Amino acid sequence: MNQSLFKYSLHLGDNALIIGHRLSEWCGHGPVLEQDIALTNIALDFVGQARMWFQYAGEIEGKGRTEDDLAYLRLERDYTNCLLTEQTNGHWGKTILRQYLYDVYNYQLYEDLMESQDERIAAIAVKSIKEIAYHREFSTDWLYRLSGGTEESQQKMQEALDELYHYAGELVEHFSWEQELAQQGLIQRRENPGEAYFSIINHEMDRAGLDVPYDRPMQTGGRTGLHTEHMGFILTELQYMQRTYPGVEW
Amino acid sequence: MVTDTTKEEERIYDILRKVKDPEIPVLTIEDLGILRGVSIDNGELIVKITPTYNGCPAMDMIRRYVLLALEEEGYENARVELILSPAWTTDWISEEARQKLKDYGIAPPQGDSRDKRSLLGLDTKLECPHCGSEDTVLVSHFGSTACKAQYKCNECKEPFEYFKCH
Repeated sequence: MNQSLFKYSLHLGDNALIIGHRLSEWCGHGPVLEQDIALTNIALDFVGQARMWFQYAGEIEGKGRTEDDLAYLRLERDYTNCLLTEQTNGHWGKTILRQYLYDVYNYQLYEDLMESQDERIAAIAVKSIKEIAYHREFSTDWLYRLSGGTEESQQKMQEALDELYHYAGELVEHFSWEQELAQQGLIQRRENPGEAYFSIINHEMDRAGLDVPYDRPMQTGGRTGLHTEHMGFILTELQYMQRTYPGVEW
Repeated sequence: MVTDTTKEEERIYDILRKVKDPEIPVLTIEDLGILRGVSIDNGELIVKITPTYNGCPAMDMIRRYVLLALEEEGYENARVELILSPAWTTDWISEEARQKLKDYGIAPPQGDSRDKRSLLGLDTKLECPHCGSEDTVLVSHFGSTACKAQYKCNECKEPFEYFKCH
C-alpha cells in the first residue's frame, strides 16, 4: 500500500469531518433561520467530502476498514486535522472568520488537487470545487458585512482574528513525505502555497479594516496528532453513538 | 447475444428513467442527470448513478428507489454503483425538466456551470415562478436542500426556491 497516499487521504478526510462537525453544531442555533440553514448546508458538503476521502483511504489501506471505522473509531492522536478546524464556534463572527480562513485555503488546495494524476483524487476534487467556491463566496460576503458593520461587529471580528490567525499557518504546512506524493504527480502543489495563501488573507484582512496580528507565532501540531484541548470534547460527542452501540447504523 | 444484452439493458434503463427524485418528485433521476447508465456484465446488473452534491442525503434514498423499481419488475441482485466522474452539473438538466421545475414553483438553474458568476449566483436575475415578475431578490444563498437557494418576489411577495446553477 502507498502509506503516504493513505495518510494524505485521511488528513483531507479529517479536516473535512472536523470542520463539518463544528458547523453542524450550529444546527438549531443560528442567529436567524437562513443562516442556520446555510451553515448546516455547508456542514453537509464537508461531511460528504469527508466520506469520499475516508472511503478512498479505506480502500488504499486494504484492511477492510470502512468510512465509519475511520471517522468514528480512531483515537485522538490518530486524527490529523489542522488545529483551525477544531476551534470552537464562539459567536457568529468567529465562526465566519474561521470559515473564511479555511475556505481560502481549501479552494486553493482543491484547485491543485484537480490536477492530480491520481484519477480518484482528481475526481473528488473536481466534484467538490464548485461547493467550495460557493462556501468561500458565502464566508467572504459575511466577513465584509461584519467587519464593515457596526463598531461592535468590527471589534468582534478583530477579536476573532486575534484568536484564530495563528492557526492559519498550519494549513499550508509542508511535510517531507508529501514531497514524495508531489513527485509522483499524485498531489499537485503550487510553487509556494503558503505565500499564495497569506498574500490573499493578509490583503483581504487589510481591505476589511482588520489588523493582522503578525507578531504571534504560528501554532502547529494537528497534522501530527497533537491537538488543542477542544479535540477531545469533539470526539466524545462525535464518537458517542459508535462507542455506546458498536456497529449501529442509521 | 450482444444484441440481447443491449436490449435488456435498454429495457432496464426504461424502468429506471421513471424513478422520481425523492426531494423534487416532479423530476425523475434521468431528468436530473443522476442516472448515468445500466450495464449487464457477466450476468451482473450494474446501475450507475452520480451524486448531485457530495453530502446529499437523498442519494441513499435514490439507491433504494432504484433497487425497489427493479425488484418490482423481477430484477433482483442489482448493484448500484456511485460514480464521481464526470462530476454532476445542472447543465445536464433538459429544457423540458427546467419547465417542469418552474411549473412546480422552483426557479430553474440559470446560466452555464462553467461560468463562475453563474456558479456563485452573482448577477443571477430570476423570474418569479409564481407570477413571472423579474423583480426578485436573493434571501439566502442556501435553502431547504443542498441544491437550492431562497429568493422572494417583490411583486407578488411570495417566497420561492431557486435550483442553483452547479
